[in-house]
Amino acid sequence: MSEVLLDIKNLKTSFRIKDHHYAAVDDVTLTVKKNEVLAIVGESGSGKSAFAFSIMGLHTRAKIEGEINYKGSNLVQAGPNQMKKLRGKEMGMIFQDALSALNPLMVVGAQIDEAIFLHNPKSSKNLRKLQVINLLNQVGIPRPEKTYHQYPHELSGGMRQRIVIAMAISNQPELLIADEPTTALDVTIQSQILDLIKELKETIHAGIILITHDLGVVAEMADRVAVMYAGQIVEIADVYTLMENPQHPYTRSLLNSIPTLNDVKEELHVIQGVVPSLQNLPRTGCRFASRIPWIEESEHEASPELHEISPGHYVRCTCYKDFYFPEQAEEERNYVAN
Amino acid sequence: MWKLIVRRTLITIPQIIVLSILVFILAQAMPGDALTGLIDPNIDPATIEAMRERLGLNNPWYVQYIDWVKGVLQGDFGQSFRFKMPVSELIGERMINTLWLSLATLILTYLIAIPLGIISGRFNDTWLDRAITGYTYIGFAAPLFIFALVMLFIFGFQLGWFPTSGSVAPGTEPGTFAYFISKLNHLLLPALSMALITTVSTVQYLRSEIIDTKQKDFIVTARAKGSSESRVYNRHVLRNSLLPIAAFFGYEITGLIGGTIFIENIFGYPGMGELFLSSISLRDYSVMTALVLLFGLAAIIGALLSDIILSLVDPRIRIK
Amino acid sequence: MSLIEVENLKVHFPVRGGVFQTVKDHVRAVDGVSFSIEQGQTYGLVGESGSGKTTTGRAIIGLNDITSGKVMFEGRDLASVSKKEYIDVRKDIQMIFQDPFSSLNPKKRVADIVAEPLRNYENLSPKEERVRIQELMELVGLSPESIYKYPHEFSGGQRQRIGIARAIALNPKLIIADEPVSALDVSVQAQVLNFMREIQKELNLTYLFISHDLGIIRHMCDHIGIMYKGRYVEHGTSEEIFTNPQHIYTKRLIAAIPDSNPRNREMHYENRKLVKTEYDKLEKDFFDEEGLPFSLKSISATHQVALPERG
Repeated sequence: MSEVLLDIKNLKTSFRIKDHHYAAVDDVTLTVKKNEVLAIVGESGSGKSAFAFSIMGLHTRAKIEGEINYKGSNLVQAGPNQMKKLRGKEMGMIFQDALSALNPLMVVGAQIDEAIFLHNPKSSKNLRKLQVINLLNQVGIPRPEKTYHQYPHELSGGMRQRIVIAMAISNQPELLIADEPTTALDVTIQSQILDLIKELKETIHAGIILITHDLGVVAEMADRVAVMYAGQIVEIADVYTLMENPQHPYTRSLLNSIPTLNDVKEELHVIQGVVPSLQNLPRTGCRFASRIPWIEESEHEASPELHEISPGHYVRCTCYKDFYFPEQAEEERNYVAN
Repeated sequence: MWKLIVRRTLITIPQIIVLSILVFILAQAMPGDALTGLIDPNIDPATIEAMRERLGLNNPWYVQYIDWVKGVLQGDFGQSFRFKMPVSELIGERMINTLWLSLATLILTYLIAIPLGIISGRFNDTWLDRAITGYTYIGFAAPLFIFALVMLFIFGFQLGWFPTSGSVAPGTEPGTFAYFISKLNHLLLPALSMALITTVSTVQYLRSEIIDTKQKDFIVTARAKGSSESRVYNRHVLRNSLLPIAAFFGYEITGLIGGTIFIENIFGYPGMGELFLSSISLRDYSVMTALVLLFGLAAIIGALLSDIILSLVDPRIRIK
Repeated sequence: MSLIEVENLKVHFPVRGGVFQTVKDHVRAVDGVSFSIEQGQTYGLVGESGSGKTTTGRAIIGLNDITSGKVMFEGRDLASVSKKEYIDVRKDIQMIFQDPFSSLNPKKRVADIVAEPLRNYENLSPKEERVRIQELMELVGLSPESIYKYPHEFSGGQRQRIGIARAIALNPKLIIADEPVSALDVSVQAQVLNFMREIQKELNLTYLFISHDLGIIRHMCDHIGIMYKGRYVEHGTSEEIFTNPQHIYTKRLIAAIPDSNPRNREMHYENRKLVKTEYDKLEKDFFDEEGLPFSLKSISATHQVALPERG
């Protein structure tokens, strides 16, 4: 078993909206190991990005409680100076929209250079330039010397994302957080970027947290998967278990609702209702209950916990046990009637 | 990029032509002509008519226009009938005074706007920000001429810290240090009065630029790289927010023109603005048209400068 | 006869430059596209950003000027019909936009948004109009009372339904759907896609479905055209394109789609590398000097591929 890199316990991130604090991340406990890709899956409003920002300490106005244990210290308690030293050095972050994530008024080379300089202020300029060129090579940019002096708007979307990745790995981080790294990209570029991240993982040996809504990306990339709904983890398992034997109603619904190339379904499963907004999150009981109203209330737990149903496979609430899709229910009823 | 600048500069040519035609029409619409006021009214009308013919005043308007443009290009704006001297000479010495006043105002405007805008933008919604925005609202609301009068009353008459009229103390020798200090002393109060009022729009502009830039994704990227807060502000927020301010510079010049007209009159400062109002009240039409033309030119050049500065500093425009 | 036939459609945008902003060149956004759609079918137009798929859709509905080529709707050439006839045709072709957040005017009530096409084309009394709108709302699965709400009071999926209600208000025959679900969450996507198929059956609608998501295209479409740099690289039935792709670009596109089975991961990765090597090797043969695909050649009755020119 590989070593635990990040140990998060009962993490709670709340935002203040008019005198009330609302938790966007509510009691999340998980670990990230060295050399593994942990995917966090969820829809918008699930709290997955708020979770990533909490680890990096990038929230400017949020209340963060719980523990983020990294190398023996709790980052929730860490001061700005300690975080500053970790960010960009031991923890790198890849953003979704590379165009807005890059400063439009700086050549991309200088932006990568800044990332190196901040953590090696005594390094020589020439040496850093060599390092930047090397990084650009490493992320597959064809003419690094030329690209160094270009501005973000002069590059294509795929190239910009490579720049953002180069910046994130410039100090060989131990933890890499990729927040929807390919959502804004075309499919062929997406596959190139995903392959790049995979190849980099082999060379930099970092633990990677991959945040995505795309279950296809999860299947391609992840070692372990945590599914988030309404600020909580509802299921966590290794990728094979999760994709082949999903248990939580939300995970199962999600998997049934995407069209795939392998099996052409006549009808896609529709999850009833809407993702609740932060202020309207149900805070007691099973948070998914309102979207599976055909499941009896007694099937849910009063205060749902994560249950380890097989080694490493955790599912929240008890409602998964007797969960069925309503269409199946109808078929069953018809069967009984005949 | 040079193509952009050339194109932008070419655009000013039709602008200037339209301006000159407007000014010419204005001049023609004024009662009297170049001979009015120069000539004894008792001279025989036939002689006057002959003179008119000789001077080309009976030519069709476009010939007159071309003659006028030729004259203007050589610096000939005609005669001021009040001062009995060439308009160009009259304006020449006033122009220097106005240039100094404008320059001082510009410097003060930025000296006030940049720190206030930065503080207000960076620490928005703190009491400090509220105090600064409060000041800008007062600035927006207060009419410049009333404010200037109050300043003149307090610092000029009551406290006596500054001279209350003129551009230099009489009797000082041009070129000496005392002359320079005296000039500066005369300049300071009018410049400060104007700057305190005109700066508020720049403060507001900078404030909202900073608040806007603060929320950009690349600021998060900068933090994620491990930049300290001060570095985030100095390297990323400030640079990107000052850029539109730099472009604002040209328009600032345009705003100054309006300002100097009030200020120079209130402080009795002998500049173009003061000359403009007095020539209106004295019906000195040749001076008036020359000044309108110059003010118009300044506005056109100001806008041109803005666009050129922006194309120089913003790579998104520079590199296409 | 097909409902709509597009013949050698070209949309070129002028590129201006130099000191006097003269036309220096043209961007060939759409450069010779032909296809036809039968009544009641869904035709998928696939391509990456900049392939010209959106421009094609916009040109058909008249939002982009057509440089050359023909658009025949029910046998009538749209370029040569009279103004009055054109207004009729415009009623029959409607569009659903990508972003349900910006395509609905935030200051208007839903009733006014949905009524807009009715007011433009039909003279209904206020009462008739209200009845019609309530019917439409019911049809798209929103409660009839919600017509007095504003767009921001709805979720993304509901907003897209409002957009659809607006599009079907005039009983159109063809709907051009430009990335109708790409701005929506996964679970909401399914809702909108299912619903689009339902009303297709109910109203006998024909769809031109523009998307970059091949999974959704496969789910929705009967025929598919793959575009690259304004031209077609391949055209065929859904089955042909996905199980028997012939053009190296199509192969690469399909290989790039993530496989939803994690056990195929290695295989898929290797396959992608293989396709990439093939692509790099054959790139010169499959594209002309300008990097554009050649013209289509039939390899079966329904399947056309932009294969290399012989000789």
